[in-house]
Amino acid sequence: MTAAINLHAIKAIYLFELARTWRTLFQSIAGPVISTSLYFIVFGAAIGSRFTAVEGVSYGAFLVPGLVMMSVLTESVSNASFGIYMPRYSGTIYEVLSAPISAFETVIGYVGAAATKSIILGTLILLTARLFVDFSIAHPFWMVAFLVLTSVTFSLLGFILGIWADGWEKLQIVPLLIVTPLAFLGGSFYSISMLPPFWQKVTLFNPVVYLVSGFRWSFYGTADVPVALSLAMTALFLVICLGVVWWIFRTGYKLKN
Amino acid sequence: MQPIIQVRGLEKTYASGFQALKGIDLDIRRGEIFALLGPNGAGKTTMISIVCGIVRASAGTVTVDGHDIVTDWRAARSLIGLVPQELTTEAFESVWATVSFSRGLFGKPPNPALIERILRDLSLWEKKDSKVIALSGGMKRRVMIAKALSHEPRILFLDEPTAGVDVELRRGMWEMIGRLRESGVTIILTTHYIEEAEEMADTVGVISGGRIILVEKKAALMEQLGQRQLTLQLQSPLPAIPAELSSYPLTLSEDGRKLVYRFDSQHEHTGIATLLRRLGDHGIDFTNLRTEESSLEEIFVSLVRERA
Ligand SMILES: Nc1ncnc2c1ncn2[C@@H]1O[C@H](COP(=O)(O)OP(=O)(O)OP(=O)(O)O)[C@@H](O)[C@H]1O
Ligand SMILES: [Mg+2]
Repeated sequence: MTAAINLHAIKAIYLFELARTWRTLFQSIAGPVISTSLYFIVFGAAIGSRFTAVEGVSYGAFLVPGLVMMSVLTESVSNASFGIYMPRYSGTIYEVLSAPISAFETVIGYVGAAATKSIILGTLILLTARLFVDFSIAHPFWMVAFLVLTSVTFSLLGFILGIWADGWEKLQIVPLLIVTPLAFLGGSFYSISMLPPFWQKVTLFNPVVYLVSGFRWSFYGTADVPVALSLAMTALFLVICLGVVWWIFRTGYKLKN
Repeated sequence: MQPIIQVRGLEKTYASGFQALKGIDLDIRRGEIFALLGPNGAGKTTMISIVCGIVRASAGTVTVDGHDIVTDWRAARSLIGLVPQELTTEAFESVWATVSFSRGLFGKPPNPALIERILRDLSLWEKKDSKVIALSGGMKRRVMIAKALSHEPRILFLDEPTAGVDVELRRGMWEMIGRLRESGVTIILTTHYIEEAEEMADTVGVISGGRIILVEKKAALMEQLGQRQLTLQLQSPLPAIPAELSSYPLTLSEDGRKLVYRFDSQHEHTGIATLLRRLGDHGIDFTNLRTEESSLEEIFVSLVRERA
């Protein structure tokens, strides 16, 4: 007798991956929380008061959503990519490939665990930030929605990266050369209206801009781009990632000989 | 009865262009121990990997208990446990966690009592909380066996299960495999220790260069292809085999004290009686005589050499 969906398998992968996080608690959670907090101390509490308020929000508070997003998306990518690259590298992927588990279930397990971890991380960073800067959340529902969407989307991206990479170098180079710069230039530290007109246009090709803008809107009600556009772009990015993952499993790309 | 595994026209060409399997047809009977023998690079692991869903076939079909491995993969795979040739385990997990993980992955609800029994059977119970990385090679191999057994497979593939396992434990493993067979599990194993196949297998398949060159019940194989030999311990050393006896397939040991006569065990007239008479005629006396059958190993080596 075989069930239509292998819930035990999803659960096994999910818990196994979360256990890995637990084992490396300091590196995977405490590390990013502490390093992000440093920004709040420096820009929020220490020198933030010298900066003028951006769009009516104090600079420290303005930073909060962007920094949370930055942390969440870089950690999603690196955690999810590591989660699937590791079994490929060590060879233990054979077990997943030989198990009665579909591509869809595999992705839910791995990406679900990575996204869960990112959501926990984002929440912890928000709580820590509250110690240093005063901020409010205008649209809690949308705040959570953006956090979850971003975590899932970038965990999917990480999953794709972890399957594409065939060496540790590639695994690290993409976050370093692509994700981190996009995150830094995604409007976490500034409003894109502060940029010269030309760079404002260029910036719109950066998907992170839409995420940060939408997320910040859920806090303060102000945004660089219309919030509907933010949501649409995030959803589009999610669909693209899902499409790539679907293609990977359909073709067995890099997974099966 | 329908074979539990049916392989038809199976071919595999790797991305490198190398053709590892060149049209395999194979039936494996329910409940038997099937030993797949073949030299390095023959295609054993490739075939097993295809049946288990790790490698895609280039052509051909495989059904597992009537379920096609491509169209009905979920049903097919949930019946199979695999112990791969390579030692690959999550290094930083505990033995208990990694074995329990395997059970979940195959869609089975947790069953700590069963996992405990498996670990005890494999002498791993004391190590249940150890990290896999801290185990010896032979222990890791047993962890992989425990993982494959954790989801109660009906078919178990063992790709060189006893490589790197010490003699005593190997015996223990054979016993365990025997017990599994008694409980109705079909077992397919590859091995380079022919004595292992000889000891355990019901059926032996020989693969070489991507082709199955023989599948036979072990007993029949040993009978048909096996040669017997008669060894005579001579009373006094013989300088050479007398010319009159040259029509007999005789070999003389270097010290001239041992005479070996090979004969076909299938043949009605083994020729032993006349040989002994003629030896007597030549005044060749012997102090002792014994007959032996050739081992599976000798059969195997001559088979593979013949077809190569
Ligand atoms: N991923 C691969 N790409 C290209 N060729 C491969 C690949 N895997 C195996 N081969 C080749 O296919 C052939 C069969 O390999 P396979 O591993 O099936 O042999 P085997 O019978 O299991 O050998 P052994 O007894 O050494 O384990 C070998 O010549 C091997 O080099
Ligand atoms: Mg092999």
